[in-house]
Amino acid sequence: MNEIWQGLIKAVELIVSFDQEVMEIAGRSLVIAVTSLGLAALVCLPLGGLIHARQFRGKKTLVTLIQTLYSIPTVVIGLFVFLLLSRAGPLGGLNLLFTPTAMVIGQALLVAPILLGLTISALSGVDGLLPDTARSLGANGFQTSLVVLKEARFAVMAAVVLAFGRAISEVGVAIMVGGNILGYTRVMPTAISLETGKGDLALSMALGMILLFIALIINFGLNRIQQG
Amino acid sequence: MTLIETVGLCQKYGEHDILRDVNLKVEPGETLALIGPTGAGKTTLLRLLNLLDIPASGRLYFDNADVSRASKARQEARRRMAFVLQKPVVFNSSVYDNVACGLKWRGVMGADLRTKVDPVLETVGLSVCRDRNARTLSGGETQRVAIARAIVLEPELLLLDEPTANLDPVSASKIEELIAGIIRQRQSTVIMATHDRSHGERLADRMAVLMNGELTQVGKSKDIFASPGSRDIAEFVGAENIIGGVIIASDDGLATIDAGGRLIEAISDYPDGEEVYACVRPENIILSISASHDSERNSFSGEIASVASMGPLCRIEVDCGFPLVALVTKRSAGELVLEKGKTVHAAFKATSVHVIRRQG
Ligand SMILES: Nc1ncnc2c1ncn2[C@@H]1O[C@H](COP(=O)(O)OP(=O)(O)OP(=O)(O)O)[C@@H](O)[C@H]1O
Ligand SMILES: [Mg+2]
Repeated sequence: MNEIWQGLIKAVELIVSFDQEVMEIAGRSLVIAVTSLGLAALVCLPLGGLIHARQFRGKKTLVTLIQTLYSIPTVVIGLFVFLLLSRAGPLGGLNLLFTPTAMVIGQALLVAPILLGLTISALSGVDGLLPDTARSLGANGFQTSLVVLKEARFAVMAAVVLAFGRAISEVGVAIMVGGNILGYTRVMPTAISLETGKGDLALSMALGMILLFIALIINFGLNRIQQG
Repeated sequence: MTLIETVGLCQKYGEHDILRDVNLKVEPGETLALIGPTGAGKTTLLRLLNLLDIPASGRLYFDNADVSRASKARQEARRRMAFVLQKPVVFNSSVYDNVACGLKWRGVMGADLRTKVDPVLETVGLSVCRDRNARTLSGGETQRVAIARAIVLEPELLLLDEPTANLDPVSASKIEELIAGIIRQRQSTVIMATHDRSHGERLADRMAVLMNGELTQVGKSKDIFASPGSRDIAEFVGAENIIGGVIIASDDGLATIDAGGRLIEAISDYPDGEEVYACVRPENIILSISASHDSERNSFSGEIASVASMGPLCRIEVDCGFPLVALVTKRSAGELVLEKGKTVHAAFKATSVHVIRRQG
């Protein structure tokens, strides 16, 4: 018990003193998560808009499939990207395995279904006559898309925030394709799992607290968004 | 000079023909009412005129330019019109922003925007709600936002789809006054769909009757009411008495119609043997207790089958071998003691009868 107590005190010290190792790991986590999120959003938001706007056969099945992938285990994505990037894999020649880039790819794939699916449902919440109303008042195609997106902005933002939460807190992809290399691919969740095993409770708890703090901010943000 | 013209316009949804061969010409400055029962295709036609949908076939000209398909011309033409949809949808922003958006899309900014939007908000009586979120407005207020959004653009062509439907009578008449004011003040051309024929009659110069996807009659309001072109139109424009019969004699424009043994005289040029409908508007039927109007040829006695009150009027159905509906004021109904079962004489002039040929 004493050990835990001391670890906690030391963890707080690490945070308030802006300990270099803690800050570096937290910073790397944020950069990787934001990059993968940005990448996924760049593809998934317009794609979601397209899927929403078009009528085609199998659309319902596709949406169900996307929704199923919301809860795909992180290690499955990790395994998939590992196989893709490993020496013998189709993209093995790029030498990307155990790099931050590999982690970005993995996390982008991980959050893509959430972004895509929630964008589609955000857009289907918008009145179908809204685009026609905009066009009837003289909006061109681009202006009309903006109107629809703006109308769904709260739901789309909620999707982005949720996806960010999943990216920054996952372990499976980070450890399998990042490798938890000190100073290179070590991020908060992987550092916590390693340091706890090694017995460095202070560092684990400091990183855990930062993760919790980020989760708190995310939740706060989500609530603000949902209240409009 | 025509502002908008359709040539053989057709529209389909899936395999269903919704509009068939619609030919319509509208002059600048004219107000046209598009009337027809629900499901006739009014909204479908307005959506085509506003270039929201592409027609299945046929051509559409706006200001003499072909805008049937070419997308660049369509966007330009659409910016010269405004369409108030049947179901008004407001954007999730302030009333002011809702009314300003069309101008913003046309590149109007800053002070110019304000000087245009504020007076329009005043006109529609929404100045007090200027900064409220438009989603919090009542149905009538929402409808006014939708109209304001359109008229602030000063469109050359204003399309209105049932602007007073789904509103209580007071709000509806306010909106109607607003539209009448706009029509008077601005020189813009208006096409307005409505299934309320009296509404169309009050506001429009000309009417187009749409039945089952076909434009069955276009003309001055009073002509359509006086001489509907078919049985469907006659029913729709309120000629409640539509009596089937055969012309048995005609003499210099005056025809005698045999309606199940009773003879009706009417003005008509159809030849003997022609199967026709004789249409008489209920307000043109005179009821009396004694058959004093012997001079009138079309005089029939019968029992009152029903009496129904309609505001200041009474709707009285008399069974004269065929049912005949008359509209009389409450006062004269009281004086004549018109009650169910009483025998009365119903009379109308030969000139009040409009004869339609039976089709097929
Ligand atoms: N998107 C659509 N898909 C299939 N059928 C449609 C569609 N829109 C309209 N219809 C059909 O087309 C016909 C004409 O519809 P429309 O809305 O033009 O009628 P309307 O004259 O405006 O009627 P109302 O007075 O009720 O508004 C109706 O039978 C309707 O069911
Ligand atoms: Mg309609």
